[in-house]
Formats: sequence, C-alpha cells, structure tokens
Amino acid sequence: MDRRQFLAGTAAATTLSIAAPAIAQNAPTEVSFFYPVAVGGPVTKIIDGYAADFNKENPDVKITPVYSGTYQDTIAKVLTAHKSGSPPTLSVLLSTDMFTLIDEDAIVPIDSFVKTDADKAWMQGFFPAFMLNSQTEGKTWGIPFQRSTIVLFWNKDAFKEAGLDPEKPPQTWAEHTAFAEKLTKREGGNVTQWGTQIPSTGFSYWLLQALAIEAGDIVANQKGDTTYFDKPGVVEALQYWVDMGQKMKVHAPGIVEWGTTPKDFFEKKTAMMWTTTGNLTNVKNNAKFPFGVAMLPSQKRRGSPTGGGNFNIAKKATPQQQEGAFRFARWLTQPERAARWSVETGYVAVSKAAYETPAMKEYVASFPAAAVARDQLEFAVAELSTHENQRVTKAFSDNIQAALTGSKAPAAALKDAQAEAERILKPYR
Amino acid sequence: MSDRFRSAIVGWLLLLPAMIFLVAFTHWPAVASLWESVMSTPKPRRPARFVGAANFEQIWADPIFWQSLTNNLWFALGTIPTSIALAMLMAVWVNDRLPGRTFARMAYFTPTILPMIAVANIWLFFFTPQYGLLEQILGALGFGATNWLGSKDTALWAVTVVAIWKEAGFFMIFYLAALQSISPTLAEAASLEGASRWTYFRRVQFPLLMPTTLFVLINAVINAFRMVDHIIVMTRGGPDNATSLLLFYIYQVGFSFWDTAYAAALTIVLLAMLALIAFIQYGWLERRVHYR
Repeated sequence: MDRRQFLAGTAAATTLSIAAPAIAQNAPTEVSFFYPVAVGGPVTKIIDGYAADFNKENPDVKITPVYSGTYQDTIAKVLTAHKSGSPPTLSVLLSTDMFTLIDEDAIVPIDSFVKTDADKAWMQGFFPAFMLNSQTEGKTWGIPFQRSTIVLFWNKDAFKEAGLDPEKPPQTWAEHTAFAEKLTKREGGNVTQWGTQIPSTGFSYWLLQALAIEAGDIVANQKGDTTYFDKPGVVEALQYWVDMGQKMKVHAPGIVEWGTTPKDFFEKKTAMMWTTTGNLTNVKNNAKFPFGVAMLPSQKRRGSPTGGGNFNIAKKATPQQQEGAFRFARWLTQPERAARWSVETGYVAVSKAAYETPAMKEYVASFPAAAVARDQLEFAVAELSTHENQRVTKAFSDNIQAALTGSKAPAAALKDAQAEAERILKPYR
Repeated sequence: MSDRFRSAIVGWLLLLPAMIFLVAFTHWPAVASLWESVMSTPKPRRPARFVGAANFEQIWADPIFWQSLTNNLWFALGTIPTSIALAMLMAVWVNDRLPGRTFARMAYFTPTILPMIAVANIWLFFFTPQYGLLEQILGALGFGATNWLGSKDTALWAVTVVAIWKEAGFFMIFYLAALQSISPTLAEAASLEGASRWTYFRRVQFPLLMPTTLFVLINAVINAFRMVDHIIVMTRGGPDNATSLLLFYIYQVGFSFWDTAYAAALTIVLLAMLALIAFIQYGWLERRVHYR
C-alpha cells in the first residue's frame, strides 16, 4: 500500500472537516474523492480532468480526487478513515462491498438525494443488471460508475495461423477448448503460445462465477446471506477450468496473474484471454495485431457476472459535502459523459441513454467491439456479494486456487469453501 | 522555584516529544491490543463485549493461522542462516584491499536502500512465466517453464530468495563495521605465524565477530516475522495461502475482514512468540558469545 498517499488523503480529509466551519460561507464545499484503478491506461489523468471540468462548472463545490491504489487498498483506506471519523466524502468501491459498507454503517443510501423528477428519471436510466449489486433492503446504496462484464478477447492473426476463421470466436465451451487446442503452440516439451487464459489471482471468484453461470448455477443469493459454492454447475465450472490446464493442456498450469494477463496477450503468449471489458481501451492501444472481442462462450447458457465499482457517499460527511458528492456522481453519469468515459477506458457506459448519444453511436460504428459488453448485459447476473464479503470471497478464492494448483479435487475444494462460507454467514440470517 | 525542580522540568520537557511518540505508537497500541484480544469485534449494530479466551480458541482451530505459522518458520529457516552467511562472506570480501572495493560495497548495499514496493515489483517481473528474466535465463540453459509465484511448491521459495537478496546487504554493513574495528596487529601476528587465510578467519575473525552475529541474528529473526510488503505486492498470500506469513495474515484479518479483535489476538500470539525467541537469544546464546 502506498502510505504516503494514504496519509496525504487522510490528512486532507481531516483538515477539510476541521477547517470547513471556519471558512466563510461562500467558500466552495470541499469533497474528497478516493478512486482505485483496476485496468490499464491513463485513468488517473482522465479522472483529474473530469474533476477539473466539474469544478469549473460548479464553483460552489470543489472535488479533490485521490488515486488510492487497487480496489482492496481503497476499501482498506476508506474503512480506516471511516473508523477514525473522517472518511473521503465520495469513493469508488467494488459494488460487491455494499453489504460490508452497510454493516459498518459507512455509507448513506442514494435515495435521500433523489428529489426532482429529473433525478428520478436518471436513477431509472441505469442498466438493470448494474443495479443488482447496488440495491438491497429496498434502498439504492451505490451509483454505477466503472462497471464491466467479463469478455473474451482473441488474436485474429493467431486464429488465421492456426487455420481458424479469424472472424469467428468460440460460441460454446466445446468450441472454446477445441479452438484453444489448435491455438496452443508446442516446441518439444515447451509451450510458446497457450490457446486461452483465464487469470486466477485477484478476481478468481469472479472468473469462476462466469463459468458457473454458463454451467447453469448462480453462486449466492440476492440477500447476501447464503452461498451455493458446491452446486453441480459450480463444480462443473471449476472442473472445466482445472481440466484446461491439467488434462487438455491448452491453458498455463497453476495460477495465472490477473495484472499481467493483458501483457501476456500482447506478447502473444496466449491467443485468447478472459478479462474485464474495462481493459478494452488498453488492448486497443497496445495490441499490435488485429483482435476481436466476444461474449463469453456458453455451456447451458450464456452469461457473465457484472463487475466493477460504484460511487458511494460517506455517512460521516456534512450534508453539504454529501450533496456535492451526489452532484458530481450525477454529473459524471450523464449520458454524454458516461459515453466519453466508456470510450476513454472501455468500461460499459452505465445507461441506455449513453449508447443513444451521437458520440457513442459513432464510436460503436467504427469499433463494434465496444458494444459487446453492453449486449452481454442481457445475460448478466449479479456479482458474488455477501455480508463479510472479503472473508467469504477469500474462502472461495483460496479453494479455487487449491483446485487449480492441483492440491484439492474441484468438488472437494468447493465443498470446503461452502462449509467455510456457511460458518461466516450464519449470524446474518 | 528551586534550581533542581527547574532542571527536572526542563529534563522532562526535553524527553516529552520522544515520550509522546513512544507511548502513542508503541506502549498504547500494545496495551490496546491486549485489551482488544479478549473482546469481540465491535460492529455498529453489535458493540464489543468481553469474550475471554474465545479469540485464542479460534486461533487454535484456524487452519490458515497454522499454515501461516508453518510458512513463516520455513521462511525464517530459509532466510536467516543464508543471509547471515552471505553477509559475512561479502563483508570479508569487501574488507580486503581489492580494486573497485567501494563499488562492490555500494552494489551489495543497494538492495537495502531501494523502496520495498519497487523492489517487489521488479522481482515480480523477474518471476513472470514465459518472458520473465529468470525464465529466459533458465530457458536458454534448456530448462522447462516454471510458474514461480503461481505454483504452491515454488512460491514461498521465490519470496524467500527476494528476502535474502534484500537482507544480506544490510547485515553486511554491520559485519564490515565489526571487521574494520579488529586490530590490524592480529592480522600481522597471524601472517608472521604463517597462518593461512582460512585459519585466520576461523580462529581470529569469526570469534571476534560473534557479538555482531548475535545482534544480526536477532534482527534477522525479527525481520523474518515482520515480513509483509513483499507478500502484498508479489502474491497476496497466494496461491491458496502458500505464501501467507503471520504478519500478512494479521493485516488481512485486520484490514480486509475488519475482524479487529481476532487480529489483536493474533498480534498477541506473534508478540509472545517473538518475546520467547528474544529471551532464548539473550538468556542462552549471549552467555556463549565472546566479548572483549
């Protein structure tokens, strides 16, 4: 963790809350804003630009963006600051941390700021799939911002070389592994190019969830108090993932790093990769070969969990600060700006209206890959999110990794994960 | 006001800044941890209450704790002897009058002054499968591909190597200082007697370095148990807890799960273990160390 930024951020927040009452009435309301970066590209520059634009248009509010590391770092910082009494007013956190934030009493529902009809229309505008991880107990707790689904990227040159149609991505699991088999290049005992790659650090639960949805099972209920890690579909999913590495040998064995997966794709170490659509612009700028983007292949059905981060507004902030934070979040998710953000990063624009803007229409026409993640939303389900989310997720991820490294059979690993999740979640029912 | 009273006040005032820091960052947290370890974790809807030894019973039954402890013991066993031996070797080496001595000293010491996070990121790249530095070297020598940080068998050793690389240069400085303080008359006497280089090291330098070795050993043990930053950057304890060390686990329980009471109990266990080791080192080893 970067301590300096953390200290600077907390210090800034502290100074603000102490200094605020002393400042004259017409001074702008200070709103500190913590955000993580989980994809490649100049995200910090883009966000700083937005904040500057907003501050110019709204002289009564001053947004101070603070880059706060990964999602995990950010929630650690935000909750530490919350416990010390002066959290950042606005933060982007994983939508799956919703229950944790509610249990810690750290955030306020967004509903209380929605007053006018325009506000209400704006709230209705988000894709319903993104609201699944933003609402519970009949309230809305987060505003969708950098949201995503998992998509499949493929290297068209590699497809051509392997005698496959470069315009046809795999549609089913069977095709996926058949293609991967052809795409895997072997030199004696060594592999110079793997057929496919599904990363297994950081977000292993997320990738497995995609496979599980495709195999016909969801991994948790909507209330966040029950998991279904040992359902047959989940076992089938993990078995498939493990077999690709250990039996079919079309996927690197063991654990594959989340962060270096795009680089592996650029370096042609893998011909296909599964990753967040948030990497779209990164791939577009860095891949030196023609590439395609597709919905994930299906088994029983198509599917992907949604992912990514929501805006959250801190409970321990003054009403003016909260109002300022709300206005910034609302400003940033207006169709034109949501479209711009989507073009600049590759994240899914959060509302239908954003895809109706001329800028976005033009972009999608020139770069059809940009519409894939939106089209996939039709098949998307909520991302795994429970009370004590980090702990439940760790139990799940540890066991997925145990299966991938070969130390546990998939069925046994998932049974262990389920038992652990049961133990953790029992008090919340 | 008497002079004595005045000078006492001045004395305390001079001590005050240091004392504030010592109390705020050392004594108070230690006492607070002890207190929190017998309470439950406070939640907005459930305030903390006294639970006695419940947290410690949970530790006893926690497989990840035991794995972290085992990992940590292996990590200590892997880093301590190797880094001390390396440090001694390097110090004896650069203590001699050889050409480029200053450069060699600087090169050995460099790992110590680099920021840990940067170092870990560089090593992350060395260990990358397929196109990482290590893979390219081993590949050129005809070895197959290894997923160093992604395999349960190699991940812990991979982070151990980074720690040794980092520690050895630091300890070398202490040895170098100790070697410089050994009187040159001893070397002269040894050479007059016709002692070989090895005999001189074994019979003269090595025994005289023992106080330094004890000091370095204590530091090495503490460092082995307070390792956390490399782990966070390189593996986050994975795959499947294969590189989870005690302090990393405490961090995870405390700042990812926000189970502060359990984290406090784990901290107490770690402190108790370190205290025990220090007791053995000072009480038993020190008596065997030759001081001039």
